[in-house]
Amino acid sequence: MIVSINWFKYSSPASFYPLAGRMIPWFAVPAILLIIVGLYWGFFETPNVLSDQKQYYRIIFVHVPAAWMSMWLYVVIAGWGLIGLVFNTRLSFMMAAATAPTGTIFTFLALWTGAFWGKTSWGTWWDWDPRLTSELILLFLYIGYMALQAAIDDVRRADRASAVLAMVGLLMVPIIYYSVNCPDPNQCTALHQRSSVRSIESNIFWAMLTMTLAFWLYSFVVILKRVRNIILEREKYMEWVSELPEIKSQRSRDR
Amino acid sequence: MWRLFKTIVLRDLLLALRRRTEILMTLFFFIVVISLFPLGIGTDRQVLVQIAPGVVWVAALLASMLVLERLFAADYLDGTLEQMLLTSQPLSIVVMAKVCAHWLLTGLPLVLISPLVALQYRLEDEQIVSMIWSLFLGTPALSMIGAIGAALTLGLRGGGMLLSLLVLPLYIPVLVYGAGAIAAGAVTNAPQQAYYMLLSAFTFLSMALAPWATSAVLRFSLE
Repeated sequence: MIVSINWFKYSSPASFYPLAGRMIPWFAVPAILLIIVGLYWGFFETPNVLSDQKQYYRIIFVHVPAAWMSMWLYVVIAGWGLIGLVFNTRLSFMMAAATAPTGTIFTFLALWTGAFWGKTSWGTWWDWDPRLTSELILLFLYIGYMALQAAIDDVRRADRASAVLAMVGLLMVPIIYYSVNCPDPNQCTALHQRSSVRSIESNIFWAMLTMTLAFWLYSFVVILKRVRNIILEREKYMEWVSELPEIKSQRSRDR
Repeated sequence: MWRLFKTIVLRDLLLALRRRTEILMTLFFFIVVISLFPLGIGTDRQVLVQIAPGVVWVAALLASMLVLERLFAADYLDGTLEQMLLTSQPLSIVVMAKVCAHWLLTGLPLVLISPLVALQYRLEDEQIVSMIWSLFLGTPALSMIGAIGAALTLGLRGGGMLLSLLVLPLYIPVLVYGAGAIAAGAVTNAPQQAYYMLLSAFTFLSMALAPWATSAVLRFSLE
């Protein structure tokens, strides 16, 4: 069965609002299940790779998925911004605005869990390791994005300006990453901490991937919830909003 | 097109010369910030040579940040910017000209004053030369990237604070390699060519992309 979706129909906030409401449970239930499964798997069913005392490494099942999501969501924001600028769709900007807080939270979570891990394994809360530094800069970019959006009163200008900022940021991220990775261009071979995804045990890897999928679904849930709020807020004077059953009952109660 | 470019550069330079305090303010801010560090950290020569590259570059970032807000603000307030948007010439040329004038007024003085500052940190002659080169090659990129931020925050309440929040993270590559170039000469004695090439690469890349992005943002801001 091939389902053809009329994308333009759902690019209108009025028709996306109920669709988002229907989609939330479909993402929420698997998200909760996968978080439970992933955490149980990660915490109790994976082998002790180090020694019995070094259980702290299990924070990896929160830390790495959060870091992956934090980077991916920034790409998503820039992507929505680009779509919004090209097709001039209001909903794309709303999606970008709804994604930013979740991305910020994941970035913060990755830094915070990383600090705990660093304290237990390296003996320090913070190290100027390239990965930590770039994650910190990513946090600054997220905060800048949200600050710009909050500072501009005109919604249309706020949307477009922050979309350009997100795209400029996305362009700069590889350059920033490169520059913190190799501050000395004469000897760039010694990257501090190469990606070790390939070398880890498959059991741990799959538990980590389960958690990533769980976080991804969780992002869908909160972003859709948030975008529904943004739609209501921006379209509160539209007629279709006042005809929604939840708004009607609320208004009659207020009266 | 070239005539438009020249006219705007000359106009901005003339306007700035009529109000000289703004240029001098940037310059003195730069000098004062740099002079504060030895007072706070101590005047041991070894330490001064170690911190000089970073201090000079961070001071340069902050100093160029200081006047960035005014890059478009005056023209925005008196309506000139709207007229510039209406010209038949490409807006990115206008932006390019304004940024060039801005660099001549704020970047170039920093480059020229830097030997004096370097003496405070007791750098050797060749390190002073490398400082001049790295500032000369790097500061245009600061003005270019900063222009995007200035356009984004045009006419906003608390625009200056927001501007630094937006732009400073984007300055990091220039800071890393700019300070790295001086440090390579002063501390580790490594060859500096790679740093200069990377700094020029940033400058040219930002020259190619920033005016275009800035003019897009200006159109949104003045809609």
